[in-house]
Amino acid sequence: MHELSIAMELIDVASEELIRLGGAHVTAVRLRVGPLSGVVKEALRFSFDAAVTGTPLEGARLHIEDVPVSVWCATCDSERELVDVTRRRCPACHSVTPRLMHGDELELAGLEIQDA
Amino acid sequence: MTSRIVEVRRDVLKKNDLLARELRRRFDAAGVFVVSLVSSPGSGKTTLLEHTLRALAPRARVAALVGDLATERDADRLRRAGVPVRQITTGTVCHLDAEMVGTALAGWDLASLDFVFIENVGNLVCPSSYDLGEHLRVVLLSVTEGEDKPLKYPTIFNTADIAVITKNDLATAADFNRAEALRNIDELRPGLEVLEVSARTGAGMSSWVQRLELTRATQVTSAATVDHG
Repeated sequence: MHELSIAMELIDVASEELIRLGGAHVTAVRLRVGPLSGVVKEALRFSFDAAVTGTPLEGARLHIEDVPVSVWCATCDSERELVDVTRRRCPACHSVTPRLMHGDELELAGLEIQDA
Repeated sequence: MTSRIVEVRRDVLKKNDLLARELRRRFDAAGVFVVSLVSSPGSGKTTLLEHTLRALAPRARVAALVGDLATERDADRLRRAGVPVRQITTGTVCHLDAEMVGTALAGWDLASLDFVFIENVGNLVCPSSYDLGEHLRVVLLSVTEGEDKPLKYPTIFNTADIAVITKNDLATAADFNRAEALRNIDELRPGLEVLEVSARTGAGMSSWVQRLELTRATQVTSAATVDHG
């Protein structure tokens, strides 16, 4: 369970952004999470709600956006979304696709900010 | 009071990634090759490391960092190989991060070392999110864990550079289906190199050690030609 560490990092990053943007309080956080980021969303929500106390994010809602896993298929010459993350093969032509394009994201994507 | 929605794009683990990058730069400048080991608890990280340190010690300058939630037991075991070892006790934290590694390295003259091994906390989930600045991340899978482990924990296998199947001497007793394990790894990470060892009998150990020495030689040469500014 490293979601508490992740939640605290997220709060730090969001607080930095808040200062940069000149706001007073964060009321919502939008996070993009890929299944290969190693983060359990439910655990992250739980940790986030606990960890925001006493920070400029206190009471903020956490919106988690799922990022699908995609690979580069050299045969099709295009990016393809993987249905099964345990089989790194192009869903269209079934060639082996070692190159991961997306799915390991853990990214702060947006903030809802209240100005003083 | 007004509200606004702002698009931002920030990697949540940026701080760790920056620290890891800085560590890697220091490692490259010092000419030291850094290998991390990740696996579930009980896959044989410490035993493999103990034998690896013993095998390398006569020919190279080696040291190790070992992470656990509590106790110095692993460090004590590894010190028997006669090389510098430091324990990182994480308390309740289930993984190592770049900052812990940086702190644990304090006072060591990296330029006087050829290899540093980092044994992560036994955990197949959390360590995958944290870059430690290592050059080579090795994921261990013991024959007693089951052939489908890679499919159950895709994240860690996705971040590894090489997989090592350990406790091969127990393969028959554990009814380990080698072909299936290899197939699972290859489906998940096509082309991922897999080595098979038994630290107890020594089978496969020389290939493993050779692989480390070769990779180090390549890494150190390429790092030396890169201008790190």
